[in-house]
Amino acid sequence: MLSSTRASAISLRPGRGTSYLRRSFRLLARIPGAWIGTAIVGLLVLMALFGPAAAPYDPYHISAADKLRPPSPAHWFGTDDLGRDLLSRVLTGARISLAVGVVVLVLAMVVGVGLGLIAGYWGGWMDEALMRTTDVFLAFPRLVLAIAIAATLGPGLSNSVLAIALSWWPWYTRLVRGQLLSLREQEYVLAAVSLGAGRPRILLQHLLPNVGTTVVVQASIDIGFAILATASLSFIGLGAQPPTPEWGAIIAQARSYMVDAWWYPTFPGTAIFLAVLGFNLLGNAVRDAFDPRLRAVM
Amino acid sequence: MAAYALRRLALLPPLLVGVSLLLFILTHIVPADPAKLIAGEHADLEEVAAVRHAFGLDRPLPEQYLLYLEKLAHGDLGVSMLTNAPVLGDLLQYFPATIELAASAMLLTVVLGVPLGILSAVRRGSAIDLVAQVLSMSGLSFPIFFFGILLQLVFVRALGWFPLTGRLDIIAVAPPHVTGLYLVDSVLARNLADLRSAALHLVLPGLTLALTSLAPIVRITRSTMLEALSQDYIRTAWAKGLVSQRVFVHHALRNALIPVVTVLGLYTSGLLGGVFLVELIFDWPGVGLYSVNAITAFDYSAIMGTSLLLTLTFVLINLSVDLLYAVIDPRIRY
Repeated sequence: MLSSTRASAISLRPGRGTSYLRRSFRLLARIPGAWIGTAIVGLLVLMALFGPAAAPYDPYHISAADKLRPPSPAHWFGTDDLGRDLLSRVLTGARISLAVGVVVLVLAMVVGVGLGLIAGYWGGWMDEALMRTTDVFLAFPRLVLAIAIAATLGPGLSNSVLAIALSWWPWYTRLVRGQLLSLREQEYVLAAVSLGAGRPRILLQHLLPNVGTTVVVQASIDIGFAILATASLSFIGLGAQPPTPEWGAIIAQARSYMVDAWWYPTFPGTAIFLAVLGFNLLGNAVRDAFDPRLRAVM
Repeated sequence: MAAYALRRLALLPPLLVGVSLLLFILTHIVPADPAKLIAGEHADLEEVAAVRHAFGLDRPLPEQYLLYLEKLAHGDLGVSMLTNAPVLGDLLQYFPATIELAASAMLLTVVLGVPLGILSAVRRGSAIDLVAQVLSMSGLSFPIFFFGILLQLVFVRALGWFPLTGRLDIIAVAPPHVTGLYLVDSVLARNLADLRSAALHLVLPGLTLALTSLAPIVRITRSTMLEALSQDYIRTAWAKGLVSQRVFVHHALRNALIPVVTVLGLYTSGLLGGVFLVELIFDWPGVGLYSVNAITAFDYSAIMGTSLLLTLTFVLINLSVDLLYAVIDPRIRY
């Protein structure tokens, strides 16, 4: 009698195989976009790791004799106005774009999540002040604030990364704060308080892990747009400066020659498109798989 | 409704003060000394000090901000170093071109995006649906500056259908200034040649700018339309024996439109940011191009003026979108 009750109690407990993460990943594997996205992102990571080593030529090597050559067996992507090999430049650029995407997100997340935790948990005037600050940042059309900040800081890749991160953090603050408003009323927070845990401990040990998934899901959607925004700033002339083989910067230089050399803007442009597409497909799939509200539908 | 509009308008000034404060802080953390920039490269210390005093740059920061606000309230956005003219005047001169561009992009978004979204919802799972889905995902990931260049390569260089850059043919004379929108002005002046030229010049930049908002509109129209089609009142409409056109348009679409309008308002943000890129590619003489030229000249007044103008536009568009809800859906009352 006793043993049978215990057995049924155990069987009622959710087993290891059905944990939240496991189920989410199983769902993820069923979305076709997840596979295509992973393949593209994987390729991008490989390019970032080995691209510079695998490049057939030095991406900075100028050769007046090879100016604006169309794609050929010697130069698969053709050459630019200074005779540099475009394949080598596009391959080298992968590392820059990937790094930029990651750094923008890490900066925006650290600031955004940190302030979101503070606003959501402390509440009161602190919450009010932080939220009104995000209102001001969000009043700017996307990219306009980034352009204004980058223009003040002066042209350069690191300045443009900083500018985009500075215009993006409020989205994360809003997201985290919204979650925390309900989380802080949960019983386990009360339990932690009654056990004498301090505010930093409650925030970092108990609340942060619970907003983690939402933040990671949002970040996986945003990373493609971070790459896109940086390339856009470079195209305007605020980001990476020549001769850096950043994709947006290459296209900016290509503009003057594109009438005669279609390949010059086309290959770096396609590289940006594929990188952003890969992250978007993967990000959307991650959101669909990890969002519990969509669970029932799938 | 009127009370709600007034309440929303009352929130506008504090927000704009915040925006101006942020822009003020931005211009005053500049690593370069603006006084040195204004005085010129060869100015000695005394001259720089004189400039600093003349522009009030030697006063305490809070005092400088109040001064800046006071000027702002009088419409004084400073003097552009590039054009040597007041920034406000410059902006007023270039803004109509930007409005014309953004409005046509918005129009293209609605005219192309909403029907495509409806079609892919009504024919769910069909080839059209798949194509629309793939296109909207690609459109979202496509760098608009690259899209503009591709359009130029295909439609200008290869096919020769459209002009490469600008608002009018070089030989054409701009229609007399009434609104500053060439399409409107040329109609008012009954100048068909100008109208044709202006329209042809508008197609490629408009399409390029529409790219970022097109994809989300197709997606949101499709998903809200699908949701609306699964409702009970749609089944009732079918049961009443209504023709499919009436069910789709009168019953489903009207209810699906609210989120579409929200998203449309939201993506004006992307549209206004894209103005910089598109105007640069197509040499479109609007505030975006003005600002990009200012960037290379370290002309901060012009950059900040443009940012302020575009932000104000964005805030006002959001307000109108909120008010539009009540028009579309009579159930919403403010």
